[in-house]
Order: sequence, then structure tokens, then C-alpha cells
Amino acid sequence: MYNITKYYEAHSVREAIELLQANPKARLIAGGSDLLIKMHQGKIEAAELISIHNLPEISGISLEPDGTIIIGAGTTFSQIANHPVIKEHIPVLAEAVETIGGPQVRNVGTIGGNICNGSTSSDTAPTLFASNAGLRIQGASGTRVIEITDFYQGPGRVDLQHDEVLTAVLLSTDNYRGFAGHYIKYSMRKAMDIATLGCAVVCKITVQAVIEDFRLAFGVAAPTPVRCRKTETMVKGRTFSEELLLEVGKSAVAEVNPRTSWRASREFRLHLVEELSKRAFKQAFIRAGGKLQ
Amino acid sequence: MMTKKITMRVNGREVVVEVDIRESLLEVLRGRLNLKGVKKGCSVGECGACTVLINGEPIDSCIYLAVWTDGKEIRTIEGEETGGKLSKLQQAFVDEGAVQCGFCTPGFIMSARALLDSGKKLTRQDIIKGLSGNMCRCTGYQNIIRAVERAIEDKV
Repeated sequence: MYNITKYYEAHSVREAIELLQANPKARLIAGGSDLLIKMHQGKIEAAELISIHNLPEISGISLEPDGTIIIGAGTTFSQIANHPVIKEHIPVLAEAVETIGGPQVRNVGTIGGNICNGSTSSDTAPTLFASNAGLRIQGASGTRVIEITDFYQGPGRVDLQHDEVLTAVLLSTDNYRGFAGHYIKYSMRKAMDIATLGCAVVCKITVQAVIEDFRLAFGVAAPTPVRCRKTETMVKGRTFSEELLLEVGKSAVAEVNPRTSWRASREFRLHLVEELSKRAFKQAFIRAGGKLQ
Repeated sequence: MMTKKITMRVNGREVVVEVDIRESLLEVLRGRLNLKGVKKGCSVGECGACTVLINGEPIDSCIYLAVWTDGKEIRTIEGEETGGKLSKLQQAFVDEGAVQCGFCTPGFIMSARALLDSGKKLTRQDIIKGLSGNMCRCTGYQNIIRAVERAIEDKV
């Protein structure tokens, strides 16, 4: 039995906010695949829960008339992986969520939970960072939208007030149209494992194989997910080549700051940063229609 | 103690249970409904021994709150046999030697059931992916994969 001292069910985001205001110690639970495990392990004790499990208001994916893709925060990883809008417009995100856990976890775990727990090992964060995803956050006094790159403040710390709810992830056309990407998760097992390192590249190329736009992001390469902006600037406008790949790998290493954990050493993670950035870039380039010489 | 009365369909039968809000679905299935085929393994959603289907989708019942199942359709290993006769999927596990200690078997069969009922044409890779949330420490997986392939050929 879980150590739950209070339990409320919110039937709307508004109600969830009111419940959060009335219960200063309560926390939201959506899929539970992270929170219930932390409770089982005793990392969270005597929890007061407000359930937004399967809340229709924040579940599902839509393509707006202006081309913006809106993913409800309560949408499960399975729903994202199988959704036609995601598969057609931003397949790299489908690729990323498919690396999470196994089918059972993907059927309950939500994209909102994956972001709000503030973990650097999130498998969605690198791709969402690279895609300049926006986060729609609802509070008592209204709704605000911030970029995901500004949302993470430190390990397990995010820019979310106690009485705020992340309701949606937004992807605008200028961040996915014409782009192709690749996400690589390095882990000890092919399923049911946490990333030792995660690497996402999205890029856009011209017919002459000039890299018009390029974004590189990592999970577990720093206390929070990170973008490698200097490397990105260095790549933009260049023509794809094996030499450029080598430069990207070297440059990325200088922009990250991984730590040693029981899973892997800092040195090994740096090695992965260099290697995976090259592999992810190469694959993203091919998917963007690029041809290797 | 907070409780909630929930109504769910378990293996085709409507069940009304007064659950403690602290209980997992696993605890309610085993403890209150006496469905002991659902196994408690790791308790943290890693081994898949407690896999059941909720509205046709496999989930780990150990990390799923029982109160969430109100109005939902649950299927467990107990729903596989009819009149004491194994389902073709279960029989395929027996015939392929996919069962050794048997502790992981109910979970594997429920994950395989979801694959078979999906109506999709399944490759070996789809089967491996579909079973990737279940762990077996005896068989080395090959016989389990073969059993699911056999069940597909038999059109269960």
C-alpha cells in the first residue's frame, strides 16, 4: 500500500489549481510511473495527492490552423508514438518516446510528468530542447507560455509554482517544418533502462547539403538537459562533411558538464557526447535528404 | 482511511469494490478479488510480472492506483482459459517450453495478448518490442518469442 495521506481527484485543470491552493503540501499525479516508484522507495513520504490521471482536458494531440502542434501534458508516451500528427511532422519525438521504459510504462507515463519531474535523464527533453518547445502553464491568475530551455532550473527543479499546472507542450512550424532529426539513447539495456546519455540533433539542409539550421541537445550531460549553442552557430551555413562531424563532436564536449554517477563516469559520458553527437548529426542529415559523399 | 467505491469489469464480469485509495490495482486484484495469477515482482514497474490489460492496453498493476480503474475494463491471466481449457496462446507457451519457473508467465501472456488483439501484422521485432517490458530470468526469451510467433500462426 502506498503511503498516501490525502487523495483528491481533479476533474479540470481549474479544480486542480484550486486543490493545490487549498493543500500546500499536495502534489499532482498523472501517470504515476515516476511518483509512485519514488513513494515505494521512500524518497517521498506521506504524500498528499491530487490526481489528474486521464484528465481529458490535458490529453491528446492537435494540429492548429497555424501549424502549431499542441501536445496535452497528460498525453501518454504511447499516444505520442502512435499519433499520425507526430509521425508525419516530428517523427524524432516519436523515436524519442519509444526509448522510454517498456510498453507498460509508455501506456501510463505522460510527457508532462517527464518534463515536470525536472530530471536531466528525461528522454523527451533533448528533442524538445532542440525543437524550442514551448510550455503552456496555467495558474490561478492566468496562463503563461515559456520556452522549455528556460523551464529547467537545476536537478529536479523547474519553473513551476505550487499552484501551477503544465497543460501543454507547443511545437511551432518554424521549429519542425523542413527539419529532420535523430535521437540516440545510450543505455545498458535496450528497454527498461534510464539513459546514460541522450542526444538529439535536428537539422535543416539545402539541396547543396549546406546546413541551414542545426540544433544539438543532450540529456544527462549536465545537471539539466542542455543545448550546445556554440556548436550550433559553428555548424550553421557550413557544408556537410566528415570533417564537420569531427568538429561537432569536439565542440560539443566543450559545452557540456556531465558528472560521475553509479551508471557511468564523467569521462565515459564525455566520450559519449563526442561520439553520439556525430552519429546523431549524420543520421539527421541523411533523414533531411542529405547524401554522404 | 479513505475509500472509494469503484465499478470495473474484470475478465468480462462487472465487479464493485470498495477500495482503499492507497491500494495499487495489483493489491486489489490479488487481495480483494483473489486473482492470484497476477504476480507481484519488483513493485516498481520494471519486471512486468504484474502486467494486466486496462481497456486492452498492458500496464504494470503495481504502479497503478486502484481508484483509477473505475469504469474500466481489466483483463488478467485468469480470463485466458475457458471451461478449464487453456487458450491457444497459453498452449503455445506450454508447447514451446516457454515456461520454466513460471513466475513471469502471466505477465508475458498478458503482454502477448495485447499484441495478438491489436490486429496488426506482427514481425519478430514487433514481438520483441511488445515483450520488452517483461523480464524472464529462466528461459533466455527465445522460447517465449517462439511461443508468441506460434500463437500468431495459429491465429488465436
